[in-house]
Amino acid sequence: MITLSHYIVLGAILFCISVAGLFINRKNVIVLLMAIELMLLAVNINFVAFSRFNHDVAGQVFVFFILTVAAAESAIGLAILVLLFRNRSTVNVAEIDSMKG
Amino acid sequence: MIDTSLFQLICFYAFAAVTVVAALSVITLRNSVHAVLALVLTFFSTACIWMLAEAEFLAIALIVVYVGAVMVLFLFVVMMLDIDQEKLREGFVKFLPVGLIVAVVMLLEMLGLIGVRVMHAQTMGENPATAAGLSNTAWLGMALYTQYLLPFEIAALILTVGVIAAVALTLRHRTGARKQHPSEQVAVKATDRVRIIKMAAERPAETQAAAPAQESKP
Repeated sequence: MITLSHYIVLGAILFCISVAGLFINRKNVIVLLMAIELMLLAVNINFVAFSRFNHDVAGQVFVFFILTVAAAESAIGLAILVLLFRNRSTVNVAEIDSMKG
Repeated sequence: MIDTSLFQLICFYAFAAVTVVAALSVITLRNSVHAVLALVLTFFSTACIWMLAEAEFLAIALIVVYVGAVMVLFLFVVMMLDIDQEKLREGFVKFLPVGLIVAVVMLLEMLGLIGVRVMHAQTMGENPATAAGLSNTAWLGMALYTQYLLPFEIAALILTVGVIAAVALTLRHRTGARKQHPSEQVAVKATDRVRIIKMAAERPAETQAAAPAQESKP
């Protein structure tokens, strides 16, 4: 029998994988964006599971909105990436330091 | 003959294993194109897991929206940009221990948090959509178009803003490009094209014919 903890543990594992991905791929913006997508997916798994197990529609509605916002976010992120590559010819985060932050 | 719930559990473990392995390969693969394809596999097997949770609409939406649109966008961008893969991998080994430690500690904390809760032993119970006599899509749609109508409209607005922002960011005005302006072409008047001016003849015709001969004399 699948229990709620199965889903939550899977979500936690995916989230930690994506956090590790943020750390070890900190040069490549594309992989960073993909790690963020993975993180949102992990959260969505939790939402779907809670919605199903607590018999509440709000969780699935929220997943719907997260999908929407994530799609818009990745579209804008990729547009910025293309712009960055056009101007600097690199996607290396270490070299994008013109703002001296 | 296997029990249905046991079969579901086996399916869950299989899909979860594929998801985790694909997610691991997303963050470790050397080639960005392969990483995107691994992410597609992650999304697909997650959609299968959502199917097991009887969230059919979201599972299909995940495949259509993510695999069909967002991941294709990623693939386009990755293939369009000429990226030096080796240079981007420089810090990989250096940051591997840090990333691993943070991830493992975080995972242990989360698992501990999940472990102390009693409610996790909860089983699925009856599907709320079926209990209401609806399909999952209708169940979700009922809530979306009544209780959550305003957030739904705002989500549409966010998507529009996203599209406009993406276009505005990547739009390039090229200088020196020759392109047609149909409105100007239509609005043109005869006076813009040909200008008739009246002027006196500069010199008589016979002098003009004789002129080269005079010039060559000295």
